[in-house]
Amino acid sequence: MSGLRIEGLSKEFGGVHAVLDLSFEIRPGIVHSIIGPNGAGKTTLLNLLTGVYFASTGRISLDGRELTGLPTHAFAAAGIGRTFQNLQIFFNMSALENVMTGRHLRENCGLLAALMRTPRLVRAERDCRDRALELLRFVGLGGSADAAADSMPYGALKRLEIARALAGDPRILLLDEPAAGLNPTESMEIAELIRKLSQAGTTVVLVEHNMRLVMDVSDHILVLDYGRKLSEGSAEQVRNDPRVIEAYLGAAEQPEQAHA
Amino acid sequence: MESLVHSRANVSERDPAAPRWWAAPRTGGLATLALIIALTPFALANNYFYDVAILVGLNAIVCVGLNLLIGYAGQISLGHAGFFGLGAYGSALLASRYGMPPLAALAATTAAVALVALLVGRPILRLKGHYLAMATLGLGIIISIVLANEDGITGGPDGMPVPPLTVLGWTVQGERVWYWVIGGCLLLAVWLALNLIESPTGRALRALHTSEVAAEVVGIDSAREKLKVFVISAVFAAIAGGLTAFYSGFITPEKASFMRSVELVTMVVFGGMASTFGAVVGAAVLTILPQALTVVKEYEMVVLGAIMMATMIFFPRGAVPTIGAWLARRSR
Repeated sequence: MSGLRIEGLSKEFGGVHAVLDLSFEIRPGIVHSIIGPNGAGKTTLLNLLTGVYFASTGRISLDGRELTGLPTHAFAAAGIGRTFQNLQIFFNMSALENVMTGRHLRENCGLLAALMRTPRLVRAERDCRDRALELLRFVGLGGSADAAADSMPYGALKRLEIARALAGDPRILLLDEPAAGLNPTESMEIAELIRKLSQAGTTVVLVEHNMRLVMDVSDHILVLDYGRKLSEGSAEQVRNDPRVIEAYLGAAEQPEQAHA
Repeated sequence: MESLVHSRANVSERDPAAPRWWAAPRTGGLATLALIIALTPFALANNYFYDVAILVGLNAIVCVGLNLLIGYAGQISLGHAGFFGLGAYGSALLASRYGMPPLAALAATTAAVALVALLVGRPILRLKGHYLAMATLGLGIIISIVLANEDGITGGPDGMPVPPLTVLGWTVQGERVWYWVIGGCLLLAVWLALNLIESPTGRALRALHTSEVAAEVVGIDSAREKLKVFVISAVFAAIAGGLTAFYSGFITPEKASFMRSVELVTMVVFGGMASTFGAVVGAAVLTILPQALTVVKEYEMVVLGAIMMATMIFFPRGAVPTIGAWLARRSR
């Protein structure tokens, strides 16, 4: 079984189900969007898929490997990377160091090597820096490598998080509202970036409110409402699903009137 | 812009982001510290001054380690005087009672303290903030009570004598010799700390300090990294404790007391969190100041307290980072 497989996943916060009995699959190599009204459980779902939250019930597996119950860093080690809706930048570092930190999993150096700064570590650090610089250029931040993260503008930080997540060479990249707070030009750049990633073979899971962006880049869309699956399919299928229209626009209007 | 980045990356073999060697901590900073250590003896008029300088060095070694834990990883410890005390008493006991060669006693004690830190750190480092402060405080208090009350072994509150440090038949004796030994150890400690900070482990520590969830999401096992730095800082404290015992020839449980732990944390905070040289400066200022204030004996604690409050108000980030930022602004 390849791809990310979710079976009967639920998450409860003090009796309230943020995610309820959710089952779906994310096929490798596609852009898989997750949409839904505010409070539909999208971010909770991402937190479950990255091990930030433990599921109340249900299972998560990647390429047949069970991930349920593992700590967060083990999800990363399994090949799942992510960005955050509310930025989680390492503000005490430069842009370059943020991305280099993202490469943590690819750097296996012992503590003694780190303390003594062995030639091998120096070489590994140089490679890590080169790769980080490459990623900064890839997201369009090639000129800001030395900038302190806390002095960078919001849009740049959004892209910095993507570069940091990519530094770990994830097989699946989860983007939590990458275009939130960005202007239309910047959103277009994000769409371009997602396409580039997808072409490079990374599976992209996109949570986003910007429908134009979602419809533009998605191969597959999952619609959530009150923590449950409301609909699923291609952009075309989802767009024409009456249940989706109802959830987004409210049930006040009859379908006939809506057509008029 | 693109080409600029490229050419810079090609010109400098090392690091396009690195400042000139004399401004980089690991080269210039270390060289400056070595120079200061080398030149200080010209200002040391007699053995009393040497003694103060040695105390500065020993405290600085502890603070450089403690700063890795507090300043970089963002984990508080109010029990490091306990590790210092274990290092001092362990080395003293192994060398005097069991007749081990002093260096072997120091090494064995350091290994044992590392093990203690590993075992104790595992459960308590899961705590955060005030809870971690309370747990480490408890650890420090237990150690100091045991040292004070097991008078059959440790000599109790009266303390115990310690044999001198002999290395291959050569006895390290006199303030002037000890000064160079401790100076060398301090340089080594600073070098190790600077290396660690600029390694993947150092980045992991800084990362979990700012956002533990983001650190975990990039694959950093935060519990493991915290444990690593806790053990390292305990080892620094234990070695400084052992050296203190051999240097002074006599130790008392007061060296492991809660007040000592607070003093150490204060040095780190005063000098500047997440600044290795800040930790050294903090240790220097807060070791020398009480000596200078003995002239106004009755008011010593008052003046010290006032300085503490002023630091927190005017340099909340600590003396060295604040002054560094001020100089950087002025030079621009």
